[in-house]
Amino acid sequence: MKDNIANAFNQGHKGLVIYVTAGHPNMEESERLIGEFIEAGADLIELGVPFSDPMADGAVIQESSQIALSNGATLPKIIDMAARLRKKYATPMILFSYYNILLAKGFEQTVASCAEAGIDGLLIVDLPQEEIAEVKPALDKYNLALVRLIAPTTPPERAREIVAGADGFIYYITVRGVTGVRSAVAQDLEEHLSTLRKLSPVPVAAGFGISTPEQARASAQYADGAVVGSAVVRLVSQGKQREAVELVRSLAAGLA
Amino acid sequence: MPRHYGIYGGQYVAETLMPALNELDRTYQALKNDPGFRAEMNGYLRDYIGRESPLFFAERLTEYAGGARIYLKREDLNHTGAHKVNNTIGQALIARRMGKKCLIAETGAGMHGVATATVAALFGMECEVFMGAEDIRRQAPNVQRMEVLGTKVTAVHSGSSTLKDAMNEALRQWIARVDDTLYVIGTVAGPHPYPEMVADFQSVISREARAQILEKTGRLPDEVIACVGGGSNAIGMFKHFIPDASVRLTGVEAGGSGLETGKHAASICGGRTGVLHGCKTYLLQDEFGQIIETHSVSAGLDYPGVGPEHSYLHDSGRVSYKTINDVEALEAFDLLCRREGIIPALESAHALAQGLKSAAAMSKDQSIIICLSGRGDKDMQNVCEVKQKLFGKVTS
Repeated sequence: MKDNIANAFNQGHKGLVIYVTAGHPNMEESERLIGEFIEAGADLIELGVPFSDPMADGAVIQESSQIALSNGATLPKIIDMAARLRKKYATPMILFSYYNILLAKGFEQTVASCAEAGIDGLLIVDLPQEEIAEVKPALDKYNLALVRLIAPTTPPERAREIVAGADGFIYYITVRGVTGVRSAVAQDLEEHLSTLRKLSPVPVAAGFGISTPEQARASAQYADGAVVGSAVVRLVSQGKQREAVELVRSLAAGLA
Repeated sequence: MPRHYGIYGGQYVAETLMPALNELDRTYQALKNDPGFRAEMNGYLRDYIGRESPLFFAERLTEYAGGARIYLKREDLNHTGAHKVNNTIGQALIARRMGKKCLIAETGAGMHGVATATVAALFGMECEVFMGAEDIRRQAPNVQRMEVLGTKVTAVHSGSSTLKDAMNEALRQWIARVDDTLYVIGTVAGPHPYPEMVADFQSVISREARAQILEKTGRLPDEVIACVGGGSNAIGMFKHFIPDASVRLTGVEAGGSGLETGKHAASICGGRTGVLHGCKTYLLQDEFGQIIETHSVSAGLDYPGVGPEHSYLHDSGRVSYKTINDVEALEAFDLLCRREGIIPALESAHALAQGLKSAAAMSKDQSIIICLSGRGDKDMQNVCEVKQKLFGKVTS
């Protein structure tokens, strides 16, 4: 349910949002890893749904998506996995997906399955403000949040419009580019984020390109939380699962 | 003009691109009816591309089919050898008005890449073209053409290493360089305003063809036929005939090894509705919404989607979509070479094959126009390889 998302950002510290490519490297290990990430301090899990054509993702998530798909990941299996995780953990979970996957079995039916599994919201990467009218009724009916993205290229007037309808949290994209690991935090971050937080009725998390505890802390100081994806996914792709869990633990410690 | 065609079209892209699309849309809407812009564009179409392109009566092909009179709209005679340049001239002029310094593009057969590289050189812009590694192998001459024109050709190795993957990569690059770069999409797919804008720039094909056939025969044709990958030459070929209810319009998709084998690139004939590359349209996908790999002898038709206006024209029944498989296309390729002395692009050979079937079933007082969208020089190596594989010999 969408109200659960606020619990990621009201724990007395900045929220740590962890993106995982669901089903990577395979469904079983992915489920175990997500549990370990939660126990290591992740405050919200983005279940990345692998897509054959991930247009907004960099090399790391493209590769992890391919691995997950070739090992049999599908959206119905990912929703089943979320339902099992929900029985063990109250931690907020959202699906992070391209729109076509959500349409394949009928959008409303997919939203109903998500709600039943205990998923709290959807982030649809390729569904901008212009097209949300077609998904809102189903999301409202099942009380799921639609997490909106705001980019450094989003003009102020447009950002105000997006924020006005926001629920769950706002995902602020910190860089002009696709997902991936980068060495520096963007320069104009403070200005954009502080303006956005004043406008937003919901928490704001900063993401894209954040890979170290230092970057997470630097980005989160102007926001309500930080999103880390590729840095964790890359370790899993390299078979360094213990290191991935340790990275989540040190990211959490950095935000505490 | 609509952002949607019925339920199709729209703008399904990452938020980072929306401001750039809105800026492009504002610029295009302001320019599209601007007489100064149109005059500038028409000047390049005439003096640089060599328009208008001829409408040629293919007498020996007509004799072979034994039915309707076959006319060929000779887009293969344009500068750069295909219809693609009609569109890249328009988009480059828009990029210049927007103050953009770089053009990026995706390409499949390489014709759109060459057409973009050409206008980048003409207007002194930087250019980078993304091309699937498999297509680079299949269409080597076009890679060399782009490079001599000063364009950087970047190989894309992800997915099936073909056109859709090149488009993914071009979109990713655009997200990262949106301030000074325009993404020149080569087909009538992608997010609004591309389907409308590309259709507008390509509609010169049917504007000319309609006037030419009236002048030659005194009446409208009975059927107009074009091949459909993303569908830009087809939309251009159909546009001004759409209001003429008596003219049958036929789009030809790539049947690959045959629709029944599942190895094809026929998004409308063999797919269902979904969202890819910024628009809602017919797609080739599995039951979970993963895009499936396409198969066609022709790199330019090897795309799992189709322009949203085609999806709409299919549902409304105004255009019939059919498939021609690899073998039929190769036979039509040979026929045009031998009977008319014209080497067609393998893409256009699909339209020719359908045209021969249609003409044979029609009477001698009827006429059809086939869009000969490009020339086949680029395909020589590929044709020889495929013929060797399919028939065990190169010459028929």
